[in-house]
Amino acid sequence: MKPTIVLKDGRLIDLAGDRIADVVVDPNSGLITGVGTGLAADEEIDCDGLVISPGFVDLHAHLREPGLEAAETILTGSRAAVRGGFTAVVAMPNTTPTTDSAAVVEQVLAAGRHALCEVSPSAAISVGRKGHQLSPMAELVGAGVRIFTDDGNGVQDDRFMRRALEYARGLPDDDRPIVLAQHCEVEALTEGGVMHEGQWSARLGLGGQPSEAEELMVMRDITLARMTGARVHFQHLSSAGSVAMVRAAKAAGMPVTAEATPHHFSLTDACCAGFDPIFKVHPPLRTEYDVAAVREGLADGTIDAIATDHAPHTPESKERSFDDAPPGMLGLETAFAVALDELDLPLADLLALLTWRPAAIAALTDRHGLALAAGREANLTILDLDHRWVATGEEMASLARNTPFEGRELTGRAKDTFWKGERVLADFEVTR
Amino acid sequence: MNQLLTVEDLSVAEIDHLLELARSFDAVLGRSVPKVPALRGKTVVLAFFEDSTRTRASFDLAARRLSADVATFAAGSSSLSKGESLRDTVETITAMGVDAIVVRHPHPGVPLAISRYTTASVINAGDGRHQHPTQALLDAHTLRETLGDIEGRRILMCGDILNSRVARSNIALFSKLGAEVIVCGPNTLLPPHSGSEMFGVSVEVVEDLDAVIPTIDVAYMLRIQQERIADAALPTLREYRSVYGLTVARADRMAPQAVVMHPGPMNRGVEIDPDVADSERALITTQVANGVSVRMAVLYELLGPGQFDDRDSGTYALSAEFDLINPDGSHDETQQHAEQEVVR
Repeated sequence: MKPTIVLKDGRLIDLAGDRIADVVVDPNSGLITGVGTGLAADEEIDCDGLVISPGFVDLHAHLREPGLEAAETILTGSRAAVRGGFTAVVAMPNTTPTTDSAAVVEQVLAAGRHALCEVSPSAAISVGRKGHQLSPMAELVGAGVRIFTDDGNGVQDDRFMRRALEYARGLPDDDRPIVLAQHCEVEALTEGGVMHEGQWSARLGLGGQPSEAEELMVMRDITLARMTGARVHFQHLSSAGSVAMVRAAKAAGMPVTAEATPHHFSLTDACCAGFDPIFKVHPPLRTEYDVAAVREGLADGTIDAIATDHAPHTPESKERSFDDAPPGMLGLETAFAVALDELDLPLADLLALLTWRPAAIAALTDRHGLALAAGREANLTILDLDHRWVATGEEMASLARNTPFEGRELTGRAKDTFWKGERVLADFEVTR
Repeated sequence: MNQLLTVEDLSVAEIDHLLELARSFDAVLGRSVPKVPALRGKTVVLAFFEDSTRTRASFDLAARRLSADVATFAAGSSSLSKGESLRDTVETITAMGVDAIVVRHPHPGVPLAISRYTTASVINAGDGRHQHPTQALLDAHTLRETLGDIEGRRILMCGDILNSRVARSNIALFSKLGAEVIVCGPNTLLPPHSGSEMFGVSVEVVEDLDAVIPTIDVAYMLRIQQERIADAALPTLREYRSVYGLTVARADRMAPQAVVMHPGPMNRGVEIDPDVADSERALITTQVANGVSVRMAVLYELLGPGQFDDRDSGTYALSAEFDLINPDGSHDETQQHAEQEVVR
């Protein structure tokens, strides 16, 4: 028998409110066995002055396995996740081979059994993410998938997207709803573009991707969601126009949800001035006006979740020209601190964007994101809001180092993380 | 100064100094043996990741006329452009022991990236659509020689501004030197700009070329590329000529002393009529000639004995120095020998 642990005098913030309490975690059953005051256990962690939250859920991470294990593996990505306070990560399907069959899903799940947090595979909407043939969605749902996305690319063809939505809407889902998540980018408008189209791209001579390339697809998918009644989730919203359209669609009662990344609510296209490919990302970093709109969307409920779009790339692949380097940046370890720093939100609202709201979109609410209570799976994180640290790619758990926040002083960090009752992060260090 | 990456990096004093240097090199190039030993023992690598005959030849000649050793890395034929990381490429070149790397690359920002990986001086010889600072300097040199001062002159940059590194660097430089820059071109080939601000400087954007033609001192015509039609930026080259080309009829309406420039290579009969290109107004061959002396000035400034200091702007005596080193313009044999090594 492993010793039980009591988290003493922490400030619990979850769907049940904001209160000081003790939490008892039993690593043997993997469950929370008590929440209350004056509780005891074999061991104790003093949580006085610390916040205890349900473990975070990331709707959007590239764990690179199978296919690009030099940049990240499911194991190393899960270490980064728990260092960031996450206990569940939705793995994107743009792997090699593409996660578009039950066999690859099984492979991801198998690797996930050695991970430090739950790895929930998403699968491609189309075979090979090529936008021509539907992936076997029913089989994939049978293997546990609930999020379908061709992320990395948007589904370009209107008719194909209509069919995918119609087909997905009719599948049995075992009361865990299926959602199609879109990377909104009309490629005809972004061809040759490597950063946001605007004053900076003009000056730097870099090809631009206009905001309208994202907005047109958001508009189309809202229309198709209305037509088909299927749920659509918008990934990494980056433009003010997109936020406005999603806001209007929600007001009209449409079944749409959206996420935003920390880099899109904290960084702008001016970051690209030094041609450093670390700042190359799709969708691109946009203007201050867009950053403000994304923050507003997070504040007023238009955007449901903070997702990282954690995208590891090897140092050598980022040592190419801005045009040649692959897009993407690390995000798991910095997400919480950047959100705390950049978003002027009540803490409970900020945590909602990282916990129960994304858990609902990923259909993981039976074990993630819900209020901390006896009998629930012990997936939680202890946050030190005052911990000051400096982000450096070198010290991150990811194999890659491409953090856009290199050298930035941050405040707030996950100190301990428990997944299924196991203390996977202890005093800022992963335990395996 | 130990890099030349963008025009933005140059102060007006540095520009003045480089152009003064270029003038003294013009004098050298006018001698019977147009060569000085100023950079003897220095090695200049021409790293051209994109086809270029003109700029490469101009840098090559400039380095040789300063007695530097020159090696060429030509891309396309090598692994340079694909796969290999920039850092590996640059560390390879640096390891051979070089003093300056002259970089031409199809992608913006590569010279800056290269400067992070090497201790050698890096000179941008054109990076994609971004910058071509020596072109801007040679154009400024040409205009100063022809018109005297650039300040207050009305300079029209006409054509494909969006895809032009020449436009980006020349607009920045002309503006720095006090010119009024006027921009004209099809809207599909203008970069995103707000009002009169383009590339971070203030310009006058005009739609009607005919209206502005009589008011300008300089018509700088940019090369238009056939690909723009496939890209739906233009309907036909014929239409382009009729709306944006410097035709004979338009050139006739220019002020008597106004001049015509083009960075080459020209599409005669598209952006510029053949008779205009060959007219007295045209400075096109002067631009090419000045390219050598301006590039000598840049190389000398970066690799030569004295580093220019902003505080002593205007104080230099290089002509005298060259005469001291090489009083009669003679040319010794060891020098000639040193120039033979060319890596391909």
